[in-house]
Amino acid sequence: MKVIALALLLASFPVRLFGAAGEIPLQLAKIDLDDKESLRRGARIFVNYCLSCHSAAYMRFNRIGRDLELSDQEVKDNLMFVADKLGDTMVVAMPVEDARNWFLGATPPDLSVVGRSRGADWLYTYFLSFYLDPSRPNGVNNLVFENVAMPHVLWELQGWQKPKYRAEIYEDGTDTQVIETLELAIPGRQTEEEYRRTVWDLTNFLIYLGEPARAERERVGLWVLLFLGVFFVVLYLLNKEYWKDIK
Amino acid sequence: MNSFIRSMNATISWIDARFPLTKLWNEHLAKYYAPKNFNVWYIFGSLALLVLLLQILTGIWLTMNYKPSAEQAFASVEYIMRDVEWGWLIRYIHAVGASAFFVVIYLHMFRALMYGSYKRPRELLWITGMLLYLTLMAEAFTGYLLPWGQMSYWGAQVIVSLFGVIPFVGDSLVLWIRGDYVISDVTLNRFFAFHVIALPLILLALVLVHLLALHEVGSNNPDGIEIKEKRDVNGVPLDGIPFHPYYTIKDMVGAVAFLIIFLAIVFYAPEFGGWFIEADNFVPADPLQTPEHIKPLWYFTPFYAILRAVPHPLGGFLTMGAAVFLFFLLPWLDRSPVKSIRYRGWIYRVALGTFAVSFLALGYLGTQIPTPTSAFLSRFFSVLYFSFFLFMPIYSKIDRTRPVPDRVTYK
Repeated sequence: MKVIALALLLASFPVRLFGAAGEIPLQLAKIDLDDKESLRRGARIFVNYCLSCHSAAYMRFNRIGRDLELSDQEVKDNLMFVADKLGDTMVVAMPVEDARNWFLGATPPDLSVVGRSRGADWLYTYFLSFYLDPSRPNGVNNLVFENVAMPHVLWELQGWQKPKYRAEIYEDGTDTQVIETLELAIPGRQTEEEYRRTVWDLTNFLIYLGEPARAERERVGLWVLLFLGVFFVVLYLLNKEYWKDIK
Repeated sequence: MNSFIRSMNATISWIDARFPLTKLWNEHLAKYYAPKNFNVWYIFGSLALLVLLLQILTGIWLTMNYKPSAEQAFASVEYIMRDVEWGWLIRYIHAVGASAFFVVIYLHMFRALMYGSYKRPRELLWITGMLLYLTLMAEAFTGYLLPWGQMSYWGAQVIVSLFGVIPFVGDSLVLWIRGDYVISDVTLNRFFAFHVIALPLILLALVLVHLLALHEVGSNNPDGIEIKEKRDVNGVPLDGIPFHPYYTIKDMVGAVAFLIIFLAIVFYAPEFGGWFIEADNFVPADPLQTPEHIKPLWYFTPFYAILRAVPHPLGGFLTMGAAVFLFFLLPWLDRSPVKSIRYRGWIYRVALGTFAVSFLALGYLGTQIPTPTSAFLSRFFSVLYFSFFLFMPIYSKIDRTRPVPDRVTYK
């Protein structure tokens, strides 16, 4: 009976998997995929804070090691807590049923390609935009992802933000409170500057995770285009030679 | 060396006695005479062949690792992107190739509109080309479901359910196409079958017919003059030059120029700002979660905008169908005595310019979330779009044309 009551209670919360977009301006992440140090820090944050609930089931640990220039031992020591084979993908041990019960009916989505569906700016802003909201069952809300089911996992680093409201008056005379900005109410372990750096590293890593072949693609592309450029000149001159006869 | 040439010649004679090798070579390349005054607009036919070849090759290699199942499709695409050697390159060439195919085909069709290439005696050439275009649309549509992302799923859901507005048979028709009550694993499997075998076979057969029709009547040219009417003593058109080597080498220059642009996109902007690969398609298909904004890829959006411009569902469906079908009638709607825009009057130039702008504007509007303003603009440009076809019998006839010269203009 209790279970049913709880299920009904949970079902009555409108859970949205896709946050409303474009309501607040996104902060520019300006990621840098060449910054291997940052990517390595991002990977640590990812396995420490995200991987316990979210999987990245299309990504293998040893691929991260190869791309981020880590030895097999370093990968094992720093990134692998549950998995035991270097070639394993980054799956999560949490049963789907438990996830549904813990997170208001939502299953934490796989994060392999979240960098590509959301984009760097959205992710960066998302990590910076959690705030205390007593009306939510887990006590937090997010500016770019309204009524998000995810708790503020990085709270011990950032601390807690509270919204600062401003009255907005409609044309018909009624007014409403809108969030103007978020203010740090309870500080966390990191300063604001440090926390920004942390989520920048994490965003950087998530973008890398979305398309690990990106660095290779940009490197190979240069040679392909250089070759084609030279080939074009050769063909152009050959064509000119042939067409000399046509009067 | 002499003995080598002798044995080569002997081999070719041996083949020629059994298969028309030299005959085919001459008829379609070495002694196929094309007008010498082609301009850059004449590159898109051979580029379409190049893109088709690229799509078939990359398609074959994608098929080696792709899994046409609702459970595994999304994961298998990411497997190709991460674990298959050069998989990311093969996949990006195929995905960007789909958009490139439509860019090339739209420019190819626009060339025909500019120079009257659909006019007598090239009506069948035009119709086979239009059939190719329809097949290409079906090929692109079925292919877009395969990555099994949110946009794949909901795009297919919306487009397939359009058939439901047809009276009496609509609902059964939709059920028949999907093979299920929603887009599902069953639908994915049959779309895969269409995408990798049925439609490519039709495409290849139609390409062959299109080329045979072209080589029978000969190419049109920017002057719209029939070069076969002025021949030398040997029966060779005075303004014609052998396709090989002149146009084989010229088309190679064009092919490399195309590849530079194409591969620059593949390597440095494969998503092309969301126009070629949409961000929403990196979310796996979820039948229970409708995305906020469902839209087809850019090459269908002009027709999608026309569909949305009509407030009545069946009316919109029929209007959209007419927007495509009217192209087939062009050879008979156009009453102008001349082919090329070079010798037509200002009316046709304005009409064609307006049509091109309307097509692009509708293409943009089709990607946007509908608002009252966009609905008004869609209707406005739809009217212009249809005016181009419907009033053509009148304006093409009264348009003041200029005299067409006897011979093509070259240099």
